[in-house]
Amino acid sequence: MSNFSVAFRTTGSVTILALNGELDAHTAPELESAIQHCKNEGAYNIIVSGAQLDYISSAGLGVFMAFIEEFRTLGGDIKIAALQPKVFNVFDLLGFPLIFSIAETEEAAVEMFSKGTTHN
Amino acid sequence: MTATIHTLAIPSATRYLKDVRRFILRHARKAQLPDDAIEALQLAVDEACTNIIEHAYGGSTKHKVDIAIIVDPTRVMVRIRDRGQPFDQQSYIAPNVVALTRQGQAGGLGVHIIRKLMDQVEYLSEGRTNEIRLTKYRTH
Repeated sequence: MSNFSVAFRTTGSVTILALNGELDAHTAPELESAIQHCKNEGAYNIIVSGAQLDYISSAGLGVFMAFIEEFRTLGGDIKIAALQPKVFNVFDLLGFPLIFSIAETEEAAVEMFSKGTTHN
Repeated sequence: MTATIHTLAIPSATRYLKDVRRFILRHARKAQLPDDAIEALQLAVDEACTNIIEHAYGGSTKHKVDIAIIVDPTRVMVRIRDRGQPFDQQSYIAPNVVALTRQGQAGGLGVHIIRKLMDQVEYLSEGRTNEIRLTKYRTH
């Protein structure tokens, strides 16, 4: 049984992917499929919510690295929200706050989309 | 206090990474490492095992990864052994995360994370066996 899952929600033009569990080299393909699914559906405004994400390794970070530029080129973005401190620390360790929009809450991330705030 | 050693052997498949993290958590807690050091050790060991599974063994799940956690009064060291392709640390270049992201490229971050999180990282090879030693010193 997998120790990771993704739940989809939609609010306005934004799709929220709520992550649950542990994201490592074994479970990263599930996140990859979820984001690929959004892309196939033409949902380019994505918020990845980490409130229930207990762990991330570089395999999980790699999924974001692989997709972010493509979503921005398509006129959307992948924003990251509500990370637990220990998970945020891993993003921070590699300088991800310079590349990704990381919001403290899902609401703040939705707000960024409505204001058209991009990171670079 | 003398050194204590606990060992775990896993097949070379990523599905066992969570078991490795549980093993490190259990023994690092027993060793009374602070939470941030335990989290760093779990992540560094995960990254090292992932690299062994995906690179040293090229994704083949028929091999074995041997993990040992050694606790003494000054440090906690995790020793990981495999019999796959050795890691060439001479030709390793730290990744430029911004540039990789712009190119939509993933990966290459594991070794970078390990070096950032650990106090000491050593690579050894003897015969066909490769060994990486990840050390976190106790701070008093």
